[in-house]
Amino acid sequence: MLLEFKSVTKSFQDQSGEIPVLRGVSFALDAGETLALTGESGSGKSTLLHIAGGLDTADSGSVLLEGRKINGLPDRALAQVRRHQISLVFQQFNLVPSLTVGANIRFQAALAGVLDPAFVDHLVGALGLQDHLDKYPEVLSGGQQQRVAIARALAAKPKLLLADEPTGNLDEETAAIVLAQMLALVEDTGAACMMVTHSPKIAGQLGRSLHLKAGLLV
Amino acid sequence: MMAPALWALMSHWWRNPIQFFAVIGGLALATALWCGVQAINAEARASYDAAAGVLGEGQYDQLVPRTGDTISVEDYIALRRAGWLVTPVVEHRFGAVRLLGIDPLTAPAGFAGLSAFQDQSNSFQRHSVFANAKTAETLSDELDIVVQLDVADGLAIADISVVQSFAKAKGLSRLIILPNQPMTQPLLEEIAPGLKRLAANQTADVEQLTDSFHLSLTAFGMLSFVVGLFIVHSAIGLAFEQRRGLVRTMRSLGVPMRRLLVLVAVEMGVIALIGGTLGVLLGYLIAATLLPDVAGTLQGLYGAQVSGVLEFRASWAASGIALALAGTAFAVSGRLLQIAQMPLLASGKSRAWVMARGQRSKIQGFLAVALLISAAILAGITNTLFLGFGLLACLLVGAALAFPLLVSKATQVFERRSKNATVAWFWADTRQQIPGLSLALMALLLAVSANIGVATMVSSFRLTFVGFLDQRLAPELYLQVDTKDESAALDKYLTDRGFESLPLPRADIDVQGEPARLLGVRVGPTYRQNWVFLDQIPDPWTDVKMGKGLIVNEQLARRQGLWVGHSVTLRQDLALPIVAVVGDYGNPSSQAIVSESLFADLHPQTPPLQFGVRTNDPQSLRTALVQDLGLAHNAMINQAQIKSASLEIFERTFMVTAALNVLTLGVAGFAILMSLLTLADIRVPQLAPVWAMGMTRRRLALLELARAVSLAALVFAAALPVGLALAWVLLTVVNVAAFGWQLPMFLFPAEYAGLAAYTLIAAVLAALWPVGRLLNTPPAALLQVFSNER
Repeated sequence: MLLEFKSVTKSFQDQSGEIPVLRGVSFALDAGETLALTGESGSGKSTLLHIAGGLDTADSGSVLLEGRKINGLPDRALAQVRRHQISLVFQQFNLVPSLTVGANIRFQAALAGVLDPAFVDHLVGALGLQDHLDKYPEVLSGGQQQRVAIARALAAKPKLLLADEPTGNLDEETAAIVLAQMLALVEDTGAACMMVTHSPKIAGQLGRSLHLKAGLLV
Repeated sequence: MMAPALWALMSHWWRNPIQFFAVIGGLALATALWCGVQAINAEARASYDAAAGVLGEGQYDQLVPRTGDTISVEDYIALRRAGWLVTPVVEHRFGAVRLLGIDPLTAPAGFAGLSAFQDQSNSFQRHSVFANAKTAETLSDELDIVVQLDVADGLAIADISVVQSFAKAKGLSRLIILPNQPMTQPLLEEIAPGLKRLAANQTADVEQLTDSFHLSLTAFGMLSFVVGLFIVHSAIGLAFEQRRGLVRTMRSLGVPMRRLLVLVAVEMGVIALIGGTLGVLLGYLIAATLLPDVAGTLQGLYGAQVSGVLEFRASWAASGIALALAGTAFAVSGRLLQIAQMPLLASGKSRAWVMARGQRSKIQGFLAVALLISAAILAGITNTLFLGFGLLACLLVGAALAFPLLVSKATQVFERRSKNATVAWFWADTRQQIPGLSLALMALLLAVSANIGVATMVSSFRLTFVGFLDQRLAPELYLQVDTKDESAALDKYLTDRGFESLPLPRADIDVQGEPARLLGVRVGPTYRQNWVFLDQIPDPWTDVKMGKGLIVNEQLARRQGLWVGHSVTLRQDLALPIVAVVGDYGNPSSQAIVSESLFADLHPQTPPLQFGVRTNDPQSLRTALVQDLGLAHNAMINQAQIKSASLEIFERTFMVTAALNVLTLGVAGFAILMSLLTLADIRVPQLAPVWAMGMTRRRLALLELARAVSLAALVFAAALPVGLALAWVLLTVVNVAAFGWQLPMFLFPAEYAGLAAYTLIAAVLAALWPVGRLLNTPPAALLQVFSNER
């Protein structure tokens, strides 16, 4: 088992008081498995993904990655988990604007010390980015930028890819192409993937779906 | 992990070279201004020290011949053998140059020109003559001349044997009595009856006056550094805002927070080192450019042995770089704290435009009011130097913090009163830019305020100093006699020949239990025309002349808590009202001044042994006095020469500060330029809708220029009161706290008008580049704003 959530809860405070976002969520994800996380806005999908990625912490319950409890780890240890085991793809791409496309793709792998130039070349070719390597992200279209973000995430050879609405900023046609490329590469690398999406159509392309409603899996 | 992370951080500067230039340039300019002012301060001090040389080595008692103008070598040897610690001096005139021969081995430390020999210690040139470049040109080719920057104009110094040989003189001109003498020694009359002792010359002591000037210059240097820091703070702030997204991305990709903070600190440390080093080099360039006669400074940068105070010193460079590091640490510390506290999931969007809004501007307003109130309270109670600088800090920081808020309010008022839609938009748009420009505006406000303050201080200082010299050194010739008979004979001789003779009798007295010196003066046109008072009754000299009043110096007035109208008891049955208080900048002791006749009544046994004489031809009078009365040459001092030398030295310093003023404004202009350039990209989305609605790019560009001028005008309007307050604090509070006397403050509207023009020019020049860029922005770039897909 790669990832396991056990009775995870999470609340946020606002002016009206405490708002529960996750109310005892439990599920498991195996290595190489792909999972869609669906639900309405505010149902807690992104929060769940952030907790899984060590970007946020659970109030209670356990989050286990390869059997190791990661919630409650200090910043340094969580950073190590993100560097070596997990990669993230965001809706907003989050590329480094001052690095070229090529440097962006190599960046996370270089941080983790696992840079494999041949594998990077393979990713670049598979995602059709070979003509853009020396460009800066600002001159690329949204679809191209998201391909760069996917390449960057996979170049680090993660065991788990977490994607938050990765095609949410793209038009339907581009979204379909990017998603297909991403899933093919995930399968190719053997990584597990958990993806937050609104779209039942996209969810249908993944191995399994979980639906969140008001902080509970239904 | 460190290398790619550092590379990602540094790549920001590669992609934003203007920001990088702003940070490096800001740091370099801040350090350069500080170092430049320090260099000029040091140079000025050296000039004053050289002036002390011109002023007749006045800090030491001297032995001079009773008759004639030569001391025999035998007398000198006899004195040394008897235990008198004296050092010989030979003086010879070569045209307008005073050739001074000294014995470097026995001359006291700090003695005029001794440094020339010490600086050459590695290659002691016994046969050389040391003079500055200007004087060197007028000296004989027979002499082996070495140019020494810190020797005063009109003075050349050499070993005593060189001067004796050149002048073909066998005797000595005078003997300087070293400060520390044996406990017991035979009387002078027993060893060398032909010699007499002259007391150290107190009237020429300008040390306290120059110390005050240096203090103000140092304050100016600090202000310059603060202005530079504003640039650094502004540029670093913007760079950090733009990298918020990068920080979030790097953390989400697995760079731990602590590592990230260390990386940023290392990055900024490297930048500070580069900026600081450039600044130290630039500081020397500034000093060398502003002081043409120290251009040799640059040699110091390359390790050459250059004499003079501007020699490159490692400790000095280190202090400049340390300041740059400290300044950067100050500018970065807040940002590092922000990074440390920033939640990993925080928005990566730049907050530059909302930085000074909302809660922040409320806190800023509260702080500004609190600081200005503190300044007002401190102005009333300050009596120490520490509080004086506290007052300066409160005033300047309070004004700087308040300024952007006031400008924001002003634009709101202008917008409401606008009848034209374009004008209303112009003011609203200006207000929108203020958060992004606020640091640059604060920097300009501080720079202009500092300039107004320093211009007022320097010009007031100059007026006071010239007045002080006119007052104290009005007589062209000063004469000294030894006995009552000589005194009477000299006075009669001068009066009979129609010279205005000004006897200067003096006696030590007690005023309210404190020691003071009583002076008698012969009231006449010289005193009436030249003396300027800090406070006075109408026509005080008439009361003094009639023995109905006395004048006290400021030191006595402040120490005793006396002022015009109060009485001073001179004898049990005689208490006179103070009719005027005179600024006495060069004199540490208390003084009271009465008429010559009253002095004679009070101290009948104390004849005047010093005289001032008004004459158009001091040289002829000197010759006549030697011939007719047998006065020794060394008993006569040509004060006119001293005055012109002192004035020349001060004028040089004034020119330098004027140039520094322009430079500081240039730096502030640079701050505006950098802010406008870094904000230019953010401006496009704001201007695109207005452009789409039909305003041409040319019109938009002209409005941008008009905005720079409007903001500069607002800066000057605020800087004028702040600058005058700064000058008032420097002259009236800091000076009194530091030295016990205040400098009168004068206003110089013409100089302020000039500064206003400079301010507007600086703002226009700063705006020209960004305006040009806007003018050339292709329509496609403006259209892109409306495009959702890039």
